[in-house]
Amino acid sequence: MFNLIARRLLQAIPTLWVVATATFVLLRLAPGGPFDDEKPLTDEIKAQIEAHYGLDLPLYQQYFDFLGNLLSGDLGPSYKYPGWDVQEIIAQSFPVSLELGLWGLLIAISVGIPIGTIAAIRHNTKTETGLMGFAMLGICLPSFVVGPILLLVFALNLNWFNPLGWSYAADRVLPAITLGLLYAAYIARLARSGMLDVLRNDYIRTARAKGLSERVVIMRHALRTALYPVVSYLGPAAAGLISGSFVVETIFFIPGLGPFFVNAALNRDYSMVMGTVLFYAVLIILFNLIVDIVQMWMNPRARHE
Amino acid sequence: MPRLSFISTFCLSALLLILAGCAKKTTNVEHGNANQELYIGIGAEPATLDPHLSTGLTEYSVMMAFLEGLATLDAKTMEVRPGVAQSWDISDDGLIYTFHFDPQAKWSNGDRVTPEDFLFSFERILTPLLGAPYAYMLYPIKNAEAFHTGELKDFSAVGATAIDEWTLQIELEQATPYFLSLLAHNTYFPVHPPTILKHGAMTERISKWTKAGNYVGNGPFQLESWKLNSEIYVTKNPHYRAPESFTLNAIHFLPIDLETEERAFRSGHLHISSSVPIHRIDWYRDNRPNTIHFATSLGVYYYMLNTANGPLSDPRVRKALAYSINREELTEHVLKAGQQPAYHFTPPNAGGYNAEARFPYDPELARQLLAEAGFPDGKGFPAFELLYNTSESHRTIAVTIQQMWKKELGIDIELHNQEWKAYLSTRQAGDFDILRAAWFGDYDDPNTFLSLGETNNGNNHTNWSSAEYDALMKQAAVTLEPEARKDVFQKAEAILIDEMPFIPIYFYVTARLIDDSVQGWYPSILDHHPYQAIKLMDNE
Repeated sequence: MFNLIARRLLQAIPTLWVVATATFVLLRLAPGGPFDDEKPLTDEIKAQIEAHYGLDLPLYQQYFDFLGNLLSGDLGPSYKYPGWDVQEIIAQSFPVSLELGLWGLLIAISVGIPIGTIAAIRHNTKTETGLMGFAMLGICLPSFVVGPILLLVFALNLNWFNPLGWSYAADRVLPAITLGLLYAAYIARLARSGMLDVLRNDYIRTARAKGLSERVVIMRHALRTALYPVVSYLGPAAAGLISGSFVVETIFFIPGLGPFFVNAALNRDYSMVMGTVLFYAVLIILFNLIVDIVQMWMNPRARHE
Repeated sequence: MPRLSFISTFCLSALLLILAGCAKKTTNVEHGNANQELYIGIGAEPATLDPHLSTGLTEYSVMMAFLEGLATLDAKTMEVRPGVAQSWDISDDGLIYTFHFDPQAKWSNGDRVTPEDFLFSFERILTPLLGAPYAYMLYPIKNAEAFHTGELKDFSAVGATAIDEWTLQIELEQATPYFLSLLAHNTYFPVHPPTILKHGAMTERISKWTKAGNYVGNGPFQLESWKLNSEIYVTKNPHYRAPESFTLNAIHFLPIDLETEERAFRSGHLHISSSVPIHRIDWYRDNRPNTIHFATSLGVYYYMLNTANGPLSDPRVRKALAYSINREELTEHVLKAGQQPAYHFTPPNAGGYNAEARFPYDPELARQLLAEAGFPDGKGFPAFELLYNTSESHRTIAVTIQQMWKKELGIDIELHNQEWKAYLSTRQAGDFDILRAAWFGDYDDPNTFLSLGETNNGNNHTNWSSAEYDALMKQAAVTLEPEARKDVFQKAEAILIDEMPFIPIYFYVTARLIDDSVQGWYPSILDHHPYQAIKLMDNE
């Protein structure tokens, strides 16, 4: 176990370096710069500002400076928001996205797994068709459609919820459902196919032959193995869920990290893009590691590999 | 039944949350009306609250709450009113302005606002190291440009002097009739020197002084909190020179996206929205006409022509393109928000100036001009491109105009869109045939628009140049008598219309949703709305 963690953490270093370098290069290749605007700056002022941020230095030097700062844990100031550091922005916004993501994850799991499992148990019945149709709908309907529909019905017409904001406990409900449903649909499909595979195994037939009830067969013997593909998917999915959704956070006016990902790129806010991309990369690495650990717990064979 | 019990637990929690949501909550508007707290949408997160670094209207609308210049503008009439200076004298030649400070003018920490504070602020914005994008707004001040460009190193040679502890004298490079109206612009706002220096050098861009808890301002409100993508919250500044002169106790600035903002307004979470989605305008017009407010804005939407490219170098072709656009159809049936069709370049009533030179909507004349230029019925006209920055509304306008040119002139154009920064880069490189553009006046004067046509103007990407035009603009700059000055602008505008390097399309309007409880909000060409004028009345 510790070997695995140590190995993964060591592997993370070159991965992060590749991500950082690729992002750095792609950003500099993109046309336009952070200080271009509708009313263009004079060359002199632009030169002053660029010098302030070290953008006047040769590119290789900027790159090494950036890596140096990164090693010392400094993501630098945002170019778009002078006065705000990238770490500060992430620190202020991430807890919100994290909470929203965890609620979304809860919904995704608690809706997706039962739907997928029931669909597999009721294989080739109308129940399966109905449930999987629902899952397909969840995949096809983007959150910018689901969100406003939920808002229209539950916030503006029924007046059950606030249409925006993040102040009250109830403000979590609609955004979490919007965010969670899409993932629930994927999880349902994975859980269904996982369960169908498992149910064909000999040990399930043995369990049934022993006279165990169907519920015990499913819950105790089949489910754990059936969820193996779901758990693999949950790693990157969780990283995606908790790092903020541009669409959901914008629709519901939630002060999370999501909009910064998109706007930083559009604004060519170099330091902010680097910061958010690396942060996301770290999350993915972390969650993939957690997934490996969970899978080892679920599958004793993996512990010996 | 573990599965059912899990589902029931989940349903129960969901139900509890729904019940929590059902509890009757007062809306922001109800809360605001009861406590004189204004909830206003600002559309986007302000990039900065440093008056010397900010460039946008969003930032300005927030900073107006906690900073104040030497003079302010009247909420209703836009006339210049006393600010930090309670009065001023202007020399006969219009070159020397002497400002007498209001002894009650205080910073939010209780310090007096002094002439030295303004000198510090002017020096800060003009020091090249700060890289202030709009420092040129101070160029009317003597030697300000020389100091800003680094030609002059000694700030004491710049035409601003503290005569005594109550008096500031500003000497201008040349008489500038609109100088007083500039004083309400954020570039002329003072900053509190000890606060700036506490958080870094005078010219430090990346300073923490703009954070809540650090900010010291001199306006009617003070900054309480600034949460990114959530809220900027300001409360009444007890040290403001005339706290009893207004009733609002606090303002919540909410950076909400356009569509979300409309829903927020509909559900009583906002008093005032920053704009209205185009597809909702008709609904509000039909169902809540008292709620939707339009105001003409000091802005023009236009197409910039690259006059160095093929047939676009011929003014007849440029005019043919301009004359064949049916602007009424565009504004009434496509844009629908009350935009005014533009048949000249400077928006109406900019600084009291109304352009006399007009061009017609005349497809017949347009065809004739195109034929004279060697392209009868568009035959032989080379393919060219119209570039706009990616946006649904720019696309709609471009498609409409593309069809008009095809129908009236027989010309085919290709539409291209680029994401904002890429578009700016292409524009800077001059790598376009026709380019969508817009300009909003920095101050209420035709100069801010007509200067775009000058040869050396950084925003003139057309390759068009006219010595006569440049001479007229120089003449206008030294003409003091207002009517004579307007005459010079009329001549310049006539050249612009005759040469047509820019094709004006429409003049902007701002559309906002305003709750009935809001009093004292007046339409403003500069979108300038002093919060001191606003009162909230209960709807009941």
